[in-house]
This record gives sequence, C-alpha cells and structure tokens, in this order.
Amino acid sequence: MIVAAILSILITMALAVTRALLGKTVYDRILAVNVFGTKTVLLIAALAFLSGRPDILDIALAYALINFIGVIAVLRFFEYDGDAATRPEGE
Amino acid sequence: MAVAIDLLSWVLILVGGAFGIIGGIGLLRLPDFFSRIHAASVTDSMCAPCIIAGFMLQSGFTLVTVKLLFLIVFLFLTSPTASHALAKAALHSGLEPGKHYDGNTGKERQG
Repeated sequence: MIVAAILSILITMALAVTRALLGKTVYDRILAVNVFGTKTVLLIAALAFLSGRPDILDIALAYALINFIGVIAVLRFFEYDGDAATRPEGE
Repeated sequence: MAVAIDLLSWVLILVGGAFGIIGGIGLLRLPDFFSRIHAASVTDSMCAPCIIAGFMLQSGFTLVTVKLLFLIVFLFLTSPTASHALAKAALHSGLEPGKHYDGNTGKERQG
C-alpha cells in the first residue's frame, strides 16, 4: 500500500513537471516547481517508511525548508520584471 | 483496535494520493494562472497532510511521529505563504485574473 502512495505521488510529480515544461509564464513554472518540491518531501517520507529506516525523515525536513526558501528567493528575483510574465519565449 | 488504526491510516494515505492526482490534473488543465494556484493549493493542503497523517498513524508513539508532526506543521505554515507570495508577484508583474493567455504564444487571448 505504501507502493500505491508512492505511485500516486510520482503521477502528481509527472503532471507538475509537464506543467513546468509547458507553462508559458515564469510564474507557472515556479508554481509547478513548488508543487514538485512538496511532492519530493512526501516521496522521501514514503521511501523512508518503505525501506524501514525512518531516519531519512530528517532529510525530508531539510528539503522542505530549502524548497520554501528557494521559491521565495526566485519570486523576489522575478517580482519586478513585469515584462517576463507575458513575454513569449525567445524574445 | 490495531486493525482500525491500520485501516484509517490506509484510507488517509489513499485519500491523500487521490487529492494529489486531482490537483496535478487541475495544474495541467485549468486555463488561468490564478486558477492553477488554486489547484496547487489543493495538493499542498490536502494531499500532504493526509499522507503524513497516515504515516503518523502507522508509526505509533515514537520520535518518528514527532518528526512527521514538525513536517506537517511546517508545510501547513509555508505552502499558503508561498502561494500568496506567488500570486502577489504575478499580479504585481502584470498578469491579471480572469484573462486567458494563449498556451502557444503567451499572449492574451481574445474571447
């Protein structure tokens, strides 16, 4: 059953990566990467329970912290670049 | 009693996985950036706490449960913050709610 949880998390990660590759605005990509990071935390927790070594949960905590701070930092970088939101690719 | 706790934990994990897949489909198929923020919030606020609560029920009263509780509190505090910062940054930079942007060009679509 943990395998079912891991499979659903992986399906969600695949959908998020698809949005990150397709999304035409910068903010779509940041949103998809944020979802992907949250799902990575869940995947680390599920793998810790699957392998029977729950010590790996410390890594999941550290990853959640780094993911949040990284998203906020990238948003600070892009917030005042108003043209980037609606600019088509390659211009 | 142990069987009931086990069953409840599996139900929670399956419900969390279902919410994750629903949010991922919404992230792909909703037309507007702000509605996609809503889809991502569905995965952040239902999928992660349900799955982590299911693991908490499985692990019993150990240090692992405390770590999972820290994880759930941290996600509960940070994912709305990240969504709010994302919406504010997008609004600040010129994306407007309710307008549909063409998927191929990124320009605003008429109609």
